[in-house]
Amino acid sequence: MPEPLLTLSGVHTHIGHYHILQGVDLAAPRGELTMLLGRNGAGKTTTLRTILGLWRASAGGVRFDGQDITRLDTPAIAARGIAYVPESMGIFAGLTVHENLLLAAREGPLRDERLEWIFRFFPPMKKFWDLPAGNLSGGQKQMLAISRAIVEPRKLLLIDEPTKGLAPAIIQNLIAAFAELKKSQTTILMVEQNFHAARSLGDSVAVMDAGRVVHTGRMADLAADEALQTKLLGLSLEAHQ
Amino acid sequence: MKSIDWKPPLLVLAVLLGALLLIGSPSTWFTLTVAGVAMGLLIFLMAAGLTLVFGLMDVMNFAHGVFIAVGAYVAVSAMKLASGAAGADSLLVNLGALVPAMLAAALAGGLLGLFFERVIIRPVYGQHLKQILITTGGMIVAEQLIHVLWGPDILQLARPAALKGSFLLGDMALEKFRLSAVVIGLAVFAAMLVLLNRTRIGLLIRAGVENKEMVEAMGYRIRRLFVAVFVAGSALAGLGGALWGMYQESVTVHIGASMMVLIFIVIIIGGLGSVLGCFTGALLVGLVANYIGFLSPKVALGSNILLMVLVLLWRPQGLYAVGK
Amino acid sequence: MITTLLSGDRMGSRALTAILAAIVLALAFAPFIFPGTRALDVAAKVCVFVLLVASYDLLLGYTGIVSFAHTMFFGIGGYGVAIALSRMEVGWAALAAGTLAALALSLALSFLIGLFSLRVKAIFFAMITLAVASFFQILASQLSGLTGGEDGLTFRIPELLRPRLAAYYLVFGAALALFLALLRVVNSPFGRVLLSIRENEFRAEALGYRTVVYRTIANCLGALVATLAGALYALWLRYTGPNTTLDFAIMIDILLMVVIGGMGTMYGAVIGAAIFVVAQNYLQAGMKALSESLKGAPLLPELFHPDRWLLWLGVLFVLSVYYFPRGIVGQLRAVR
Repeated sequence: MPEPLLTLSGVHTHIGHYHILQGVDLAAPRGELTMLLGRNGAGKTTTLRTILGLWRASAGGVRFDGQDITRLDTPAIAARGIAYVPESMGIFAGLTVHENLLLAAREGPLRDERLEWIFRFFPPMKKFWDLPAGNLSGGQKQMLAISRAIVEPRKLLLIDEPTKGLAPAIIQNLIAAFAELKKSQTTILMVEQNFHAARSLGDSVAVMDAGRVVHTGRMADLAADEALQTKLLGLSLEAHQ
Repeated sequence: MKSIDWKPPLLVLAVLLGALLLIGSPSTWFTLTVAGVAMGLLIFLMAAGLTLVFGLMDVMNFAHGVFIAVGAYVAVSAMKLASGAAGADSLLVNLGALVPAMLAAALAGGLLGLFFERVIIRPVYGQHLKQILITTGGMIVAEQLIHVLWGPDILQLARPAALKGSFLLGDMALEKFRLSAVVIGLAVFAAMLVLLNRTRIGLLIRAGVENKEMVEAMGYRIRRLFVAVFVAGSALAGLGGALWGMYQESVTVHIGASMMVLIFIVIIIGGLGSVLGCFTGALLVGLVANYIGFLSPKVALGSNILLMVLVLLWRPQGLYAVGK
Repeated sequence: MITTLLSGDRMGSRALTAILAAIVLALAFAPFIFPGTRALDVAAKVCVFVLLVASYDLLLGYTGIVSFAHTMFFGIGGYGVAIALSRMEVGWAALAAGTLAALALSLALSFLIGLFSLRVKAIFFAMITLAVASFFQILASQLSGLTGGEDGLTFRIPELLRPRLAAYYLVFGAALALFLALLRVVNSPFGRVLLSIRENEFRAEALGYRTVVYRTIANCLGALVATLAGALYALWLRYTGPNTTLDFAIMIDILLMVVIGGMGTMYGAVIGAAIFVVAQNYLQAGMKALSESLKGAPLLPELFHPDRWLLWLGVLFVLSVYYFPRGIVGQLRAVR
């Protein structure tokens, strides 16, 4: 088996006085979409932020693409080919859609074929090209946040709860887009609370609880095993189905 | 700059027209307006860097006035060195003195800014209380050092010969120096707009003001950018100080500290972190100070506070709130 | 008994206790220990500034807010007394009326400022107070019919206070009593809430304390005590003017005193004010000697010129903020 693109081993993270991550072991295999599940406060967002160096791991290590990135600062980690879509989406409201994408394209000018590819998933991006991103709707902002992450090919996408707060029709839209995106063999680590979305997109899965990963496996296996779902995820996720 | 909020510029327009009605005489109004715009643009020069630095790094430098003072003092020395050229009867020769003096003032402001960022402010990032204290302390020390270097007395800062006096335009008198200040101020504002809206660095600055963490998560090192903005802002303050000193034709160590009150008012009116707001706010402050100074001199000095209170009642975040 | 007077606020260091005792004793017997009008002037000024700085420490050290308007309240007290005594019949009634009016104005202003800007960041509050204070300064110089403008007001004080000794002991006694009252405030449950807000505003809010309310109260209290300090100073000087009360330089002095003495300690106000006022009056002589002995060397004589004493206090201030955030008191407590 080849080395996973991303490996966390025994990662601890403290935020202020709080000990949030208490020894996270996690791997994101190349070319797969790994779903990170778990109830609120389990440490999913902190895991993503620690990978990117937005929080410092107090112990343990993060390896990415064959190298140790635990001690690098955020810009250096991102520059190695990791894109991040935070839960808040991190849209620059005063910049236009165009400018948001321009900024995300670190390597140089925007490439037309790539843009056409993005517009196929997210037509509103083309329509509102010169509009300030602050004027977009919630769903469109999420589309922009994801578009930014894929405007240039990246090795790994970290995506935090992309469906949160969106209308069901738009969630369907996003799921379709991610399904399309998966065809490009991009490695994705996604936090998701919506089990329907998680089940239809995830290849592998890791479940977190109280700052640790308590289960890893194939998404299909978890989806088929309702007893395991209940045990790991409780009833909170059932409500989303 | 795809969708500008036009209400603040309309407010400036309303102030212009309202003043015309109250003052009555168009020629007086015109003279006051030029003076107000000149003053506003000079304040903008001095304030722009401060508001951007705050937007980018959440740092408020209470010692910013020192950069202004140092610029003014360096200009005094430079103009003295070049007094021959400054007094000559040719604009071109005058510029030979003025331009190097302005550059020296900007350079001095920028270098001092670099020192402040590296040595004084860097250890207290993210600690607002210490920032306010430490920069105030830095201001005390720097002002005293200015006394050490230039002495405690008021110094004269003469305008170059060709910029003394006024043009007469019909019955309207236009001070040459004010016109030059308007030209320089507009040129710097235009350059800033181009930099901010047409270049990649500008894009990064605008994005950084909104959400610094996201810019870093995209792989950009914003620290370096911040140092650059800090130094550029300090250099502009130095340039502004030199011009302001010439505007008043004299320089004391308090030139910066006394401007700081106006600068803070402008930044608050404009919305912390907004360059456009800073520009609009500075114009408002300059115009209102001159109009009220003419209409009712007693109220003049307090007019800026009243303006600030009124603007904050209308928009508590300032004219252009920066979305965070 | 002494512990009760100090509200149980332990000094925590023998050296500190000794220094404080020495300062208090020196002030208590100043008229007899230090002869001469100048020495008594210095002693009275120390008393007033101890009180003024302690009231500022309530804001800066215990609440974590930087205000640049403290001299404004100091000035309101001074002008209240001055205006009442120069317009009404000189006597206790005028003195009381002036002081009460000043307190009322300070209370109203500090409440408004607090309400307006305390809910936002410390930086915003500092900027707003700076603007308001400068506005007030302008106001005082513009309303010259009332305030005497730049010249200020000279006035007569009630008969009983005319002997310098009586005036001095009024200043000393009032300053001591108010200082002890402030000590009581910071050691009360209210004071502990203030401290917890300073340490962690978010958590204090989560614990159910309305931080804005507490901060506004602290702001008002600080302003009221500063007003009383201003009234005392005016009584001592028999004069109130912009340069003795409202000047921004005095605001800087207060900052220097509180930081060098020790923020959030109250006792730091005593030490800071004593050192500062004494330095202001006597350090210059030493610097003059030093400066003259350095004559001929480049720049050094100017660096040690007597007028540059603020330079060295400024350096001390900056170093304090970095390395001794609890000032001299903190250092003394650390060595025990």
